[in-house]
Amino acid sequence: MRHVLAAASALALMAGGAYAKELNIYNWGNYTNPKLIEKFEAETGIKVTITDYDSNDTALAKVKAGGHGFDIVVPTHTYVPIWISEGLLAETRPDQMENFKNMDAKWVDVDWDPGRHYTVPWQWGTTGVVVNTKYYSGDINTSAIFLDPPEELRGKINVVPEMGDVMVMAIMYAGGEPCTDDKEVLKKVHETLLNAKQHWLGMDYGNLEKFAKEDLWAGVNWNGSTFRMRLQNEAIAYGYPKEGYPLWMDSVAVLKDAKNMDEAKAFQNFVMDPENAALISEFARYANGISGSEAFMPEDMMTAPEIVIPEELKAAGKFNGTCAPETQALYTRIWTDLQK
Amino acid sequence: MSEQAAYRPGELEAEAQAADNRSRWMLALPAVVIITLAAAGPLMVMVVYSFLTPGDYGNVVWKFSLEGWMNTLVQRDIFDDTLIWADAHLSIFWRSFSLSLITTVLTLIFGVPTAWFIATQPPGKREFWLFLITVPFWTNLLVRTIAIQELLRSEGVINLVLLKLGIIDAPIQMMFTNFAIGFGMTYVYLPLMVLPVYAAVDKLDFRLVEAAHDLYAGRWTAFRRVILPLIKPGIIAGSILVFIPSLGAYVTPRVLGGGKNLMFGNLIELQFGQGRNWPLGAALSLMLMAAVMIALMWYVRVTSREQSDG
Repeated sequence: MRHVLAAASALALMAGGAYAKELNIYNWGNYTNPKLIEKFEAETGIKVTITDYDSNDTALAKVKAGGHGFDIVVPTHTYVPIWISEGLLAETRPDQMENFKNMDAKWVDVDWDPGRHYTVPWQWGTTGVVVNTKYYSGDINTSAIFLDPPEELRGKINVVPEMGDVMVMAIMYAGGEPCTDDKEVLKKVHETLLNAKQHWLGMDYGNLEKFAKEDLWAGVNWNGSTFRMRLQNEAIAYGYPKEGYPLWMDSVAVLKDAKNMDEAKAFQNFVMDPENAALISEFARYANGISGSEAFMPEDMMTAPEIVIPEELKAAGKFNGTCAPETQALYTRIWTDLQK
Repeated sequence: MSEQAAYRPGELEAEAQAADNRSRWMLALPAVVIITLAAAGPLMVMVVYSFLTPGDYGNVVWKFSLEGWMNTLVQRDIFDDTLIWADAHLSIFWRSFSLSLITTVLTLIFGVPTAWFIATQPPGKREFWLFLITVPFWTNLLVRTIAIQELLRSEGVINLVLLKLGIIDAPIQMMFTNFAIGFGMTYVYLPLMVLPVYAAVDKLDFRLVEAAHDLYAGRWTAFRRVILPLIKPGIIAGSILVFIPSLGAYVTPRVLGGGKNLMFGNLIELQFGQGRNWPLGAALSLMLMAAVMIALMWYVRVTSREQSDG
């Protein structure tokens, strides 16, 4: 027995030694295509380890605490300025990397990272509403789906507990701008949310199969996630609220204290290759920011109503900035009140 | 030294005693160090943080402030700046507290008969039943909770069976209700009640029960006056083991209750996460600890007084 164990551990050591180079990625759960990682490992010989997080704040708190051992993190655009100003990111200059030429020009000079000195697009999408059309056939391009729910959907609604997104949607529904600290608007938001909540069934993440199995009929959700729901249940549709809905982008950044700096930079360059970017989208079903990736994507990505925003609703989509801390504190209060 | 010892043998004994004590301390040392580092250390951090100012994006700024503590109970109104009771915190606390009480009572109702059943089995079979009680511990809590979802959901096992049997004609909404939370919590914490009560029933001298019957005690009287006082230590231990973790429970209420209403654990998490108010989070968790301590002291006092009265 002891010999077997010794042999096994020797093998394990050898296997570990086969990869001289490593890369530790810290990313959202259920978000990274295993095929993408296999391809990266095969091409570079770098062994990749992925750790999941479930919110931007979790990631930020963990990395700030130190001793995390991660090289790469994938924050949402509203958090990128925080990561930069807290001095957590390395200025890797993706704009000088080989594959930078593939980045869609409209994603280069973005507010959160002008000229792309730190980050590379991973995926971008929208936060909208999901509706099972078997139970409701009215207009779904409105936040009223969850803020003033139609009779048919009441009691079967789920709102993702993502304070930023939900507050922005409620504020725009009340006629305000994202990150507003206008007390009049916020008072209206507070009232609308508290009134609406009695019609909600849950405030939970990860509801793919609950929607597919029709435990839930409507709610707030992200477009790619809704796409994956529709693939399991054809009655599911995605709506773009005309009152306004958030746009977002998650970007690949390298941590300042990364132990594998070169490998991390190689990964940033790697995901800017169209074929690789297509792999990212193929899995999580969100658009990426790389031109030419369409050619490598599954057919259904080109025409999916969750990906292709209707022309007349394009203007309603907004990238919200990073709210001031005092404003954020107000939102937290409303959010706590909502769930008391 | 040896000269002295020869004259005063008592001292030698004391010396041996001291050495024995020292070695016992040495044996306990690793545990003491771990407890100090793992419990007292973070606790001190929490105490310090609760008196600081929140940083802009989480963390704390090293500036003294009582705001965190004050905000656990009173807050400025969002809209007109008047000081008001932090009713959100209080109602969330009350929700967690009553859920823990209900869970404790339910596990008592289901746990005591179970423990009694196991303890009165022939000795060879008890291990088997105890073994069954521990089976749920083999799986991760989250996995078990999600498995319960499969039972409760609209197209879940319970609804399908009831529909097939014609008892109901539309699925009952069980998931994301208080019933689901109570069901899940009772299931998760039941073993923590059964095991200590079993240990107490196992030690029960059944001749005392027979004696009570000989003295014309009915079944209820025998249970109340003889059995209950004897297994009380087990019930106390079980109640404490169930009540305390239930207060901080957060996975089960979230997954089965749908997360629409915060539990105290979620409220604390919110402050350290999206809320970015670590001092308030620290103050809230210390408040929870204080509440647990007070509840425990009260419970132990009341139950031990009854014991001496009885």
